[in-house]
Amino acid sequence: MGEDAESPKINHTFLRDYVTEADVISTVEFNQTGDLLATGDKGGRVVIFQRETELKGESEETGEVGDSGEYNVYSTFQSHEPDFDYLKSLEIEEKINKIRWLPQQNAAHFLLSTNDKTVKLWKVSERDKRPEGYNLKDEEGRIKDVSTITSLRVPVLKPTDLMVEVRPRRVFANGHTYHINSISVNSDGETYLSADDLRINMWHLDITDRSFNIVDIKPANMEDLTEVITAAEFHPHHCHLFVYSSSKGTLRLCDMRASALCDKHTKLFEEPEDPGSRSFFSEIISSVSDVKFSHSGRYLLTRDYLTAKVWDLNMDKGPVETYQVHEYLRSKLCSLYENDCIFDKFECVWNSSDSVIMTGAYNSFFRMFDRETGRGVTLEAWRENSKPRAVLRTRRVYTGGKRRRGDVGVDSLDFTKKILHMAWHPAENIIAIAATNNLYIFQDRVNPDAQTQ
Amino acid sequence: MFPKGTKRKFSDSGEDPVCSGVQGPSASSAAARTLSSSYSLQRQSLLDMSLIKLQLCHMLVEPNLCRSVLIANTVRQIQEEMTQDGTWQIMTQALAAAQCPADRLVATEVLCRQTDAAAQAGQSPKPFSVSDLEEGYHSEEVVMDGDVETEVTMSSLSPVSPQLSSASYLAGPFGVAPCWEEEEEEGDCEEDEEEDSEECVSEGEEGEQDHLRADSRTGEQVFGTFEIKHPAPPPDPALEELFSDVDPSYYDLDTVLTGMQSTPKMGPYDLLESLSSHGPTALSSTSSCRSDLNELDHIMEIIVGS
Repeated sequence: MGEDAESPKINHTFLRDYVTEADVISTVEFNQTGDLLATGDKGGRVVIFQRETELKGESEETGEVGDSGEYNVYSTFQSHEPDFDYLKSLEIEEKINKIRWLPQQNAAHFLLSTNDKTVKLWKVSERDKRPEGYNLKDEEGRIKDVSTITSLRVPVLKPTDLMVEVRPRRVFANGHTYHINSISVNSDGETYLSADDLRINMWHLDITDRSFNIVDIKPANMEDLTEVITAAEFHPHHCHLFVYSSSKGTLRLCDMRASALCDKHTKLFEEPEDPGSRSFFSEIISSVSDVKFSHSGRYLLTRDYLTAKVWDLNMDKGPVETYQVHEYLRSKLCSLYENDCIFDKFECVWNSSDSVIMTGAYNSFFRMFDRETGRGVTLEAWRENSKPRAVLRTRRVYTGGKRRRGDVGVDSLDFTKKILHMAWHPAENIIAIAATNNLYIFQDRVNPDAQTQ
Repeated sequence: MFPKGTKRKFSDSGEDPVCSGVQGPSASSAAARTLSSSYSLQRQSLLDMSLIKLQLCHMLVEPNLCRSVLIANTVRQIQEEMTQDGTWQIMTQALAAAQCPADRLVATEVLCRQTDAAAQAGQSPKPFSVSDLEEGYHSEEVVMDGDVETEVTMSSLSPVSPQLSSASYLAGPFGVAPCWEEEEEEGDCEEDEEEDSEECVSEGEEGEQDHLRADSRTGEQVFGTFEIKHPAPPPDPALEELFSDVDPSYYDLDTVLTGMQSTPKMGPYDLLESLSSHGPTALSSTSSCRSDLNELDHIMEIIVGS
């Protein structure tokens, strides 16, 4: 992704933002094995990284066998193009909102990518052999003169340079009036859901001209609209369950067996409002920007503006854990409302064993919380402050008390550097952090494998 | 974007009562206590900011529905609170008392203050100046003394004098004494109104000060709020022109929320900059302002429930 040759003396920030707007990463996702990492950007491109599996020199010496952990570009393709809605006279952005990988069934990989309106299924396949020795064609592919053929032979496959082919296999269009914010592949391997601001549709992966509407919260009169859908996800194991979050901070678990249209939730998860901290911004900061099932399927992780919350599916009265991501911003809400930062949508992720959760913040900071101890750590994804393979040091935002060296004051935070998108390897402690147009991949060398609880 | 190490903006200084979790006035306490002036100030500026944000949604790309809904909910919340406090009624009564274009006036006033801010780059720190006489649209002025409308207004105001201080901060948090000076700038088609308003200022101010216990700024601030003026008796060509090409679709909140309109508006960051900085920058388009106030008017109508 965009390599910036940035002189430390000259601040190219404004230039970078202007020039490489299309390179801003808008989604990051590992596949189910973690060997592939896909990123989507504002320019509608998808870049797939593959993990190196070659033994490196040092690994051989120590006798280790395994992945080196390096991810290199595997394939790049243009997923979506800018479009225009002629009926409404509005542009449709090509920005990739979400990428989700399908479980692998054969040698090829499949992923779903979506912009605001259209979901596409892409097939990523490798070709590293080609047939040679045709009878009727020569090496260049020209048809041979039949009279010159004296004997028959069987064509053989010969190795060739690796070629990665990406082809669109399905285009799921015209399913959404509003902007798609989520897609989620079902555990049944056949269906997936796509959610926009007011509706959720379920699609079959093989059928593109029809989708099934399972949630519709559009009021009869749009003037009565007070709540929108912000995220949705299928349960990792139960193919009939899915959850969606709203701008009012509620989560709704829906069972598709109950009725065809799941407007009526099976369970409503809502935290009662704390009357002591009510302000005009209470609703805005309670809006859930991301929701993720734990790998176990037992818990839900949600992110609102100031906190990350873990919910137990068995308890709908409130979250079981609440983590303060950047509570120091609470007194700044008015300014953040003014500059629209209060509407930033941060994502959140689980680690593979569901023992750690992670989410982003401002100033290129991201936060990890250990659920066991409840403690959080702040890390930074900013190239100027770290070299490749250097150990990430923890950062701190100064909020009072003894000020340590390296602490950052709240007023010095750069709100243009926001960590919105991230992903955690499904099995190991490798994380991918998108920081504007840069992708950072961090690996835990001390505990490379996730500890099972 | 929020620049690094930026100076605290005006809104920051007054934000604590609203933002740091001060108890919103409950129904029981609203009547009992006098609304703190800085809280009202902040609330009003939040209302203005929100209305601006709703207007600025209409860019080339369809606006973010979630954001629009959240902002609209914030506006509704403020309006509900203002209704509880009674400040909203004062505002709407004043509007109702005025003549027909008056129902556009809150919108006018709110939006025009920003426009003003931008247009008068020379004027020092009055980004929310009250005058909106520029750009050819009418505003009606509440004449506080010796006028029919005034009497109506005053009768509703006087028995509730404790609330006047809150009303005075209704919309003009930044309006200060010299605000009327700016009227002289807008020469073009508003000379009649200017003179009227200037006269009325003095009358009104005196009237206000009779009733107000608060500091002397409140007079101007009430004017800032209710800057409604009598239209000139013959139909004003500017007014005709203003409303002649109104697109009915602007009146639909649906269109506001879903961004059906595609009229290019002024850049969002121009206005936000003018809001946040003390030195207002110049705004470009005036025609978008006119159509904006029609939309805004309709939003206000809906919110007010009229």
